[in-house]
Amino acid sequence: MTPPETNGDWRPSATLETLRQRARLLARVRAFFAERDVLEVETPVLGHGGSTDAHLDSLSLTATTPAGRERLWLQTSPEFHMKRLLAAGSGPIFQLARSFRDGEVGRRHNLEFTMLEWYRPALSLEGLIEECAALIRHVLDRDPGPLTRRRYRDLFRERLEVDPFTTPLETLRELSSAHGDLSMADAERETCLDLLMSLVIEPELGRQSIEAIVDYPAAQAALARRRIDPEDGAEVAARFEIYLQGVELANGYDELVDADEQAARFASDNRQREALDKPMVDVDHRLVAALEAGMPAGSGVALGLDRLIQLALGKASLSEVMAFSTPRC
Amino acid sequence: MANHSTNEFKGGLKVMLDGDPCNILENEYVKPGKGQAFNRVKLRNLITGRVWERTFKSGESLEGADVMDLDMEYVYTDGDMWHFMKTDGSFEQYAVDKKAIADVEKWLKEQAVYTVTLWNDNAIAVTPPNFLELEVTETDPGLKGDTAQGGSKPATLSSGAVVRVPLFINQGEILKIDTRNGEYVSRA
Repeated sequence: MTPPETNGDWRPSATLETLRQRARLLARVRAFFAERDVLEVETPVLGHGGSTDAHLDSLSLTATTPAGRERLWLQTSPEFHMKRLLAAGSGPIFQLARSFRDGEVGRRHNLEFTMLEWYRPALSLEGLIEECAALIRHVLDRDPGPLTRRRYRDLFRERLEVDPFTTPLETLRELSSAHGDLSMADAERETCLDLLMSLVIEPELGRQSIEAIVDYPAAQAALARRRIDPEDGAEVAARFEIYLQGVELANGYDELVDADEQAARFASDNRQREALDKPMVDVDHRLVAALEAGMPAGSGVALGLDRLIQLALGKASLSEVMAFSTPRC
Repeated sequence: MANHSTNEFKGGLKVMLDGDPCNILENEYVKPGKGQAFNRVKLRNLITGRVWERTFKSGESLEGADVMDLDMEYVYTDGDMWHFMKTDGSFEQYAVDKKAIADVEKWLKEQAVYTVTLWNDNAIAVTPPNFLELEVTETDPGLKGDTAQGGSKPATLSSGAVVRVPLFINQGEILKIDTRNGEYVSRA
């Protein structure tokens, strides 16, 4: 029997020189946290629960465990396990965690990737934004510019002259239909905002600076706390994203520590999944139990390390900084 | 035809969009930090040849297009239609109209083999072979001995195309031409 044609794609998708540079940057990341007394941890890639987020697709598998045959979920980020460590009293922790997201394929996405995630009990969101910028500067060889901040709603006001919270939905639908050349006639507000953000706003972010976007709509809170914007009373998510050269690098939260609220968001996510005709995801009951036991308030952030390395090395695609991207795995 | 979801979109997939068959050229997955993902897709409309850039919500799907590329030999034209014959021994012929033949008209040579694109069994496009050997029917007389110098002149070929050729080429010679850019390659 002849083996299938491989066209030479047994070779790595990154050059060996790039892999050497990648190793050097990984060492810098570890040195950054060692200097700050943040403990490196390793948590499971598999969990009994998965991410319920309606816009993340988790992979699962069936395995034989001490409990027999069980369904386990490949983690979309190490968040749940790391929060359980925090509740157990770990103090500040970081991890370089292999994470998995089904269907995420492209120049800036790969089915599996390395998430740099860290948690800082007692640190404010503002403090974490500054630490995140410091980490980015520590990894890059060149100066990416100062750290700047803009509110989510100001992005839309300045770039598109609409307000994401108050502009009538019909106006947002027309605007997003025009920008995407598709019909958004029955789209929800969040879908319109996601489209305008992805297509129009994001590509221009972080061109001159490390740009932190703050005060997201409450509906985009995920696992962040919600709070009231003192300026106009709108409810916003205590969450930030960091952009550099049009690339979304990091996503940080003032972490939700309320067990009941967490359980309610899991349930609401799964209802949303059902409405979207997506499969249910098993809820991590141990995370809810850990929050009940008490997780210290604080902030946490997840940074796409492959993207940071891609920017640091000036590569056109993520596959060029990975030993074997998914098509070659 | 089957439906194809955005996660099946890849270069070469033929789908229906706005009533026309299209060939997918590129598919880029975009997603804000959290939230709905989209696919930015470049497609070539196979009827007009135009390239469209469209956005789809990830998970949306398009109907597949019944599009096939077949090798066919050019047989003749009756003035209105151009007739091609399958090379599989069936002698089955397809008539191609002016719109589908488009600017391939100037690259037609009897018995040469072309790629004919069929949609629902109708010819919608013709692609010439990358290289064709064609006779020079008209050009200024060749300059003797001038085989190394630069410089070129127009020459009309038996198919009707006009290409730039070196000064030493004469009427009646057979030339190898690259149909993709209309450039002279060599004497045949």
